[in-house]
Amino acid sequence: MMPEADHLIIAPILIPFLAGALMLLYDERRRQMKLTVSIVAAALMLLAGIELLRRANGAGFAGGSDVGYYLLGDWAVPWGIVLVLDRLSALMVVLTGLLALPVLIYASAGWHRQGQHFLSLMMFLFMGLNGAFLTGDLFSLFVFFEVLLTASYGLLLHGGGQFRVRAGLHYVAINLAGSVLFLIGVALIYGATGTLSMAHLSELMITLDGSRRPLVHAGGAVIALAFLVKAGIWPLSFWLPSAYMAAPAPVAAMFAILTKVGIYILMRLSFLIFGPTAGESYGFGAWVLMAGGMATMVYGMLGILGSQALGRMAAHVVLLSSGTLLAVTGIALLQGDGAAMISGALYYLVSSTLGAGMLFLLFEPMSRDEGGIAAMLALTADAYGLDPADTEEDADPAPGQWLQIPGLMTALAVAYSAAVLVLAGLPPLSGFIGKFMMLAGGIGEGGVATTAVWVFAALLLTAGFATLIGLMRIGIQTFWANDGDAPPIRMLEAAPVIALTAMLVLITVRAEDVLRYTNATARALEAPTLYVDGVFAAPRVADAEENGAAGEDAP
Amino acid sequence: MEYVLATAIGVLTASGIWLLLRPRTFQVIIGLSLLSHAVNLFIFSMGRLAPGAPPIMPRGGFVDPARYTDPLPQALVLTAIVISFATTALFLVIMIASRGLTGTDHVDGQEHKE
Repeated sequence: MMPEADHLIIAPILIPFLAGALMLLYDERRRQMKLTVSIVAAALMLLAGIELLRRANGAGFAGGSDVGYYLLGDWAVPWGIVLVLDRLSALMVVLTGLLALPVLIYASAGWHRQGQHFLSLMMFLFMGLNGAFLTGDLFSLFVFFEVLLTASYGLLLHGGGQFRVRAGLHYVAINLAGSVLFLIGVALIYGATGTLSMAHLSELMITLDGSRRPLVHAGGAVIALAFLVKAGIWPLSFWLPSAYMAAPAPVAAMFAILTKVGIYILMRLSFLIFGPTAGESYGFGAWVLMAGGMATMVYGMLGILGSQALGRMAAHVVLLSSGTLLAVTGIALLQGDGAAMISGALYYLVSSTLGAGMLFLLFEPMSRDEGGIAAMLALTADAYGLDPADTEEDADPAPGQWLQIPGLMTALAVAYSAAVLVLAGLPPLSGFIGKFMMLAGGIGEGGVATTAVWVFAALLLTAGFATLIGLMRIGIQTFWANDGDAPPIRMLEAAPVIALTAMLVLITVRAEDVLRYTNATARALEAPTLYVDGVFAAPRVADAEENGAAGEDAP
Repeated sequence: MEYVLATAIGVLTASGIWLLLRPRTFQVIIGLSLLSHAVNLFIFSMGRLAPGAPPIMPRGGFVDPARYTDPLPQALVLTAIVISFATTALFLVIMIASRGLTGTDHVDGQEHKE
């Protein structure tokens, strides 16, 4: 047994943390250095994530298990904080990395100059995201969640301006209220069970005595409320469109994964605490997830059809994808045998997150010809009192240097259609496969085609149609009906979009491999004992050393 | 003692929620602070109330459970205090920026006409 082999698990948290902290030491004049550091850090983070994914998929961990553990401070399991890496968390960490790299490259075209410490904040956002995906403890989940929220407050306000400050005020207020709810839930659960470790909690659920069970239910419901606000379930989602619209383009693209944090936690906790091993509590709250998810789908769909502004439409696309995932989680919990649906949903999660991120990156250059952006950029540089000599050094290139190549515009139009296909769920791209797998899991062979599933299927198809209408309308206005002048695009802004398109094509071509992975993930989710037993068997380094020493002493 | 603490938490929460729903940014920030105080007291009470019991392990490592209180909620409260302090400070900055940009302290950045 080689306990030190699993130190890689903490890498996705430490890499952005160290890079972000390092960049804080230098002021804004060392921009080029900061940019290099952050892109290298994001690339390392992605590589670490991919290696972890490979190990989670191929029994690469100590003891030949699919689940990796990292005991922080080497405390034995129910007492210390543990990082847990299973297929689901590895998938989310890789997804963060896949989105992070294009977003940073996009931001390097100019957004990182519009305020202070943009790249450091981005790094802390990545750290919070990876931490929230990897932790196996409720309270450290709260801490990582706060890290990512605090970074997101700073990023939302990046660039300043009245609109952003107003949206930021609402965003911060609602998230602070959400954090308060989260703490109340954590305290209730601790009061009732005496543990904060997710694995321990899952194990205790079956033997919990009747007087304490309602307290755990109340705690679970309050925590879920905090994450449902984050995931944007209707009627708790009214803050989301204006916040996502106000955020700078690269930040909004990264925010596409913030709603998925809520989904991830809800999925994880529902299956661990109120899942098949929970005895009487099995399926607690699943009705709310299902009904709320469907209501969110309707709301997102109407929002897409009703939006005029590009950003507002993209925000409703994000809501629609959240609603779909929540509804699938609820249905799978209610019906017991939902592994096939969950597997499709995870595939859909990956493709819709990448697609929505791409949409936010595309919308900003697409609306640029309205002339607002250049004036706004100049204004914000002024407001931040950036040294004029300094800005001159790497100032925006003269208008002539903005690329006006028609080929690039065509590439963007192709990328836009790819995003539309993915988000609307039309063949041949990944969105179709995701939706098809969800429906096949619900209705097809082995699925239980109840009324709820049929309603969900109808909503999913209608929502896809609404997305198609809404996005195509915008696409026609921008790419076909503009009067000759293509909006100026920079290579650095086009490249990440093209890279994201390539990723979507890749997960479509390699759909079989991805689906095999998500199938295994869904089956593991349905069997929480795998997670729990693994966590309790996690070896302490000190014990391993003692054993090793004893082994050497033995003749 | 339970009644006193429960009443305190209840009053703090109720005032916090009422203030949170008010239209002025200053009321909102005070409401959030009161709510976070209420939550801190609540977490603290989840370690059970026991007068005169320290959360510190005595010399020698032997713990008499009757005279010992759970240290974990106290550690949680400490963390929660630090985080809510930081986020309140941040909220204050945004509040001032909003006041400066819009010239009003309404949460929507504009007065509603009656």
